[in-house]
Amino acid sequence: MKRLISLTVNGRKYEDAIDDNILLIDYLRNIRQLTGTKQGCDGGECGACTVLVDGKPKLACLTLAATADGTETETIEGQAKNGRLSALQRAFHENLGTQCGFCTPGMIMAAENLLRRNPDPDDADIRTALGGNLCRCTGYVKIIASVKSAAETTS
Amino acid sequence: MSTYQPAIGQRVPLVDGIEKVTGKARYTADLGRDDCLVGRILRSPVSHGVIIRLDTTKAAALDGVIAIVTGADCSYTYGVIPIAMNEYPMARDKVRYRGEAVAAVAAVNERIAEQALELIELEIEELPACYSLKEAYAPDATLIHEGKARNIEREVHHDFGDVAAGFADAVLVAEETFTCAEINHAQMEPHAALAEYDAERQRLTLHSVTQVPFYVHLTLARCLDMDASRIRVIKPFVGGGFGARTEALNFEIITALLARAAGGKVMMQMSREESFITHRGRPETEVYVKIGLGETGRITAVECAVRQRGGAYAGYGLVTILYAGALLHGLYDIANVKYDGYRLYTNLPPCGAMRGHGTVDVRHAFEALLDRMARQLDLDPFAVRRANMLSAPTRTPNDLMVNSYGLPECLQKVEAASGWKDRFGKLPAGRGLGMACSHYVSGAAKPVHWTGEPHAVVSLKLDFDGGITAFTGASDIGQGSTTMVAMAAAEVLGVHLSRIQVVTNDSAITPKDNGSYSSRVTFMVGNAAVEAARNLRALLVAAAAKKLEANVDDIVCEGETFSVDGGEQSALSFSEVALIALAEDGTINVKGTFTCPPESQGGKHRGGAVGSTMGFSYAAQVVEVTVDEDTGLVSVEKVWAALDCGRALNPLAVEGQIEGSVWMGMGQALSEETHYVKGLPVHANFLDYRVPTIVESPDIEVFIVESHDPLGPFGAKEAGEGALSGCPPALAAAISDAIGINANFLPLTPDRIVEALTAKRRKERRAAQIKEAS
Repeated sequence: MKRLISLTVNGRKYEDAIDDNILLIDYLRNIRQLTGTKQGCDGGECGACTVLVDGKPKLACLTLAATADGTETETIEGQAKNGRLSALQRAFHENLGTQCGFCTPGMIMAAENLLRRNPDPDDADIRTALGGNLCRCTGYVKIIASVKSAAETTS
Repeated sequence: MSTYQPAIGQRVPLVDGIEKVTGKARYTADLGRDDCLVGRILRSPVSHGVIIRLDTTKAAALDGVIAIVTGADCSYTYGVIPIAMNEYPMARDKVRYRGEAVAAVAAVNERIAEQALELIELEIEELPACYSLKEAYAPDATLIHEGKARNIEREVHHDFGDVAAGFADAVLVAEETFTCAEINHAQMEPHAALAEYDAERQRLTLHSVTQVPFYVHLTLARCLDMDASRIRVIKPFVGGGFGARTEALNFEIITALLARAAGGKVMMQMSREESFITHRGRPETEVYVKIGLGETGRITAVECAVRQRGGAYAGYGLVTILYAGALLHGLYDIANVKYDGYRLYTNLPPCGAMRGHGTVDVRHAFEALLDRMARQLDLDPFAVRRANMLSAPTRTPNDLMVNSYGLPECLQKVEAASGWKDRFGKLPAGRGLGMACSHYVSGAAKPVHWTGEPHAVVSLKLDFDGGITAFTGASDIGQGSTTMVAMAAAEVLGVHLSRIQVVTNDSAITPKDNGSYSSRVTFMVGNAAVEAARNLRALLVAAAAKKLEANVDDIVCEGETFSVDGGEQSALSFSEVALIALAEDGTINVKGTFTCPPESQGGKHRGGAVGSTMGFSYAAQVVEVTVDEDTGLVSVEKVWAALDCGRALNPLAVEGQIEGSVWMGMGQALSEETHYVKGLPVHANFLDYRVPTIVESPDIEVFIVESHDPLGPFGAKEAGEGALSGCPPALAAAISDAIGINANFLPLTPDRIVEALTAKRRKERRAAQIKEAS
């Protein structure tokens, strides 16, 4: 069954006829061609596909695209404005919070949600907020440093 | 333009980092488009058996199925070691592990591809399977490969010095056997390949997640029986490797076979489960180690026997079992070393290379036993290490070259930073400190495909725009090799980093490179980049000398200007000199190469090339833990890690490598292990295969030690592997310090810790009872 959804993705409005059973990650990657959102596991284990739906972090691989109808969805591609990096993007880049880069989009989206809720997080807040996002390169040390650095520049 | 600053030694963010933080970086799975067919692989449901029937008729008849390939479509074996190629991309006649590929389908969509797999009729007559080392090594075991008695893939026997005399000289001799579980790289990006076959021109293009595009290229030519010049291999952004992708993998060949059969484009995206099944991880390893110590802690002799559970095919196996013995040398000054290694076949997914290849489990056993012996002799663990330092330059008994050795300084750094002297042995119950040392090669001095060519080639182009483009086959998998090449060239040319662009990993464009493995890239490709830049600089200096009517030796080239003896008058800008140089011949192309000299390539004994390298990195680390005695849960509070990387070309990147490798060692030490039930991998997801999350990951304080290797580029050696193998033994020693158990296994999971604690208490009670009775 197809259904019509209308939603905002990264500030732009879309109306799409989609299959009922497709996942948000497949809608974003295949239909919207927003391949920044990554699939790292077989469902809900790694956090690489984290996006914000109405400001809340969601695993796009466990979310039906149909449920995004009427929402404002944000992905990594919408974070830079006019070609300038967001505070978190800049911090992850400058502090080497990213190595291979595969977990990075999900990591930044989860951290973005944290900083909006809590502009001045301590280490424990950061660990809790990013507890569902796996990274295999960094040992997380520079990820924590990146989030703190972003918090400092925005506060 | 900003003030000129030399690149080397600066904390430089990755030159391709902006793509990664914006989502613009394209990985293999991001390259699919509507014109792609979907590839899917049919896998063996049994661990060992003979294929009786494989009928694809019904599947082929399904509407939307474009191509099907089976073992019958490829009769060529493949494998990364030229003398040990014993794997087919899809099984022919026999299957040897559960999950082995037997057929594959390309269809117009996922649903049809999966339906087609169900329609393939497969009958297998099961054979008895061997899963454990014990089963495989049994005298009456079913042989997995013909002619391999007791399923021994390879045995190695090395004996250097006089081990018996060494043990006779010792005041303390101890021996233990350790068991380390099999682990997997679990790189975040699942495997994927995109193959396009141009049927009109009979050309193949493959994009893949590989660390070794060159080896993939050779393998495709062999398995598809194509001239290598009709193949193009491209490596886009890669989401981690850690050794998982240091050999051509079956799905790369299968995707290419499907594309050719379909006359089109096939995208193969593997699930996480399939990525685990493809495996090539660190084998389950049994390590027997015996050490003799003199009074001061001087090591008099070492005997070590290793058995690795290799899985169903050879892969890198013989190199892994050789590394395990070779790197008993090169860390400490030990004259007498005996090693016996056995690599066994089992009916499980093939093991391969993983970060710290072959050395990690042996280093764990060695350091853990050394720690216990230090306690028995009432010596400080640091003092025991210091009693056994090498003195560079030197050669080890197995003829490995050591030109730089920063281990003493590493020890000093972590001893001071951790407050060792004041705190070791004095922490409250349940809290402990442990330390260990480790090392790793900066590239294998003899590559597995020995062609006589240089080990690395980098070319540079300077054109009308004054821009410099570096072309390299070095595979950036997140470790930052692209950034390193740009920095090395910028430094030699005295130009801004932003003047240099780097083009990587396209066999139609970039020079061949052996790939990203054995931490070879900084040393070898870095040196090639330096030479290429020197060659370009010589052309530019000559052009400037001509214009300035000066001698070339008097021209100073720095900060994007060329001047006579550094004088500011009549200085020429980089762009001016570039135009003068271009006026002679047009676009300038230069290259640089690097070849490991013969003296670096190891001893003449059998297997002597493995372990040979241009230089070793050295590491020391201290780990602090708390252990909950009721639950057995170990929390790592802090790690202090020092690494001698020769020279930190980019301290930011070096820190990232040290942190990542220490942490990966911690994962192996605490929670990671594979688990098979009758060959079925029940760990093949991120819930059952426990990679540490950010919640349980400690702060890691890093110290960079620079020993300035005489042959490394700007003095540099490797930084990405050396610190890994020290983490598990340092952590085990910290647990001993905290709760007094000596654990002979990895990982140190809560259930095993509780078991060990219970055994320890039982033993103590019995001892008390005996004492009371007497």
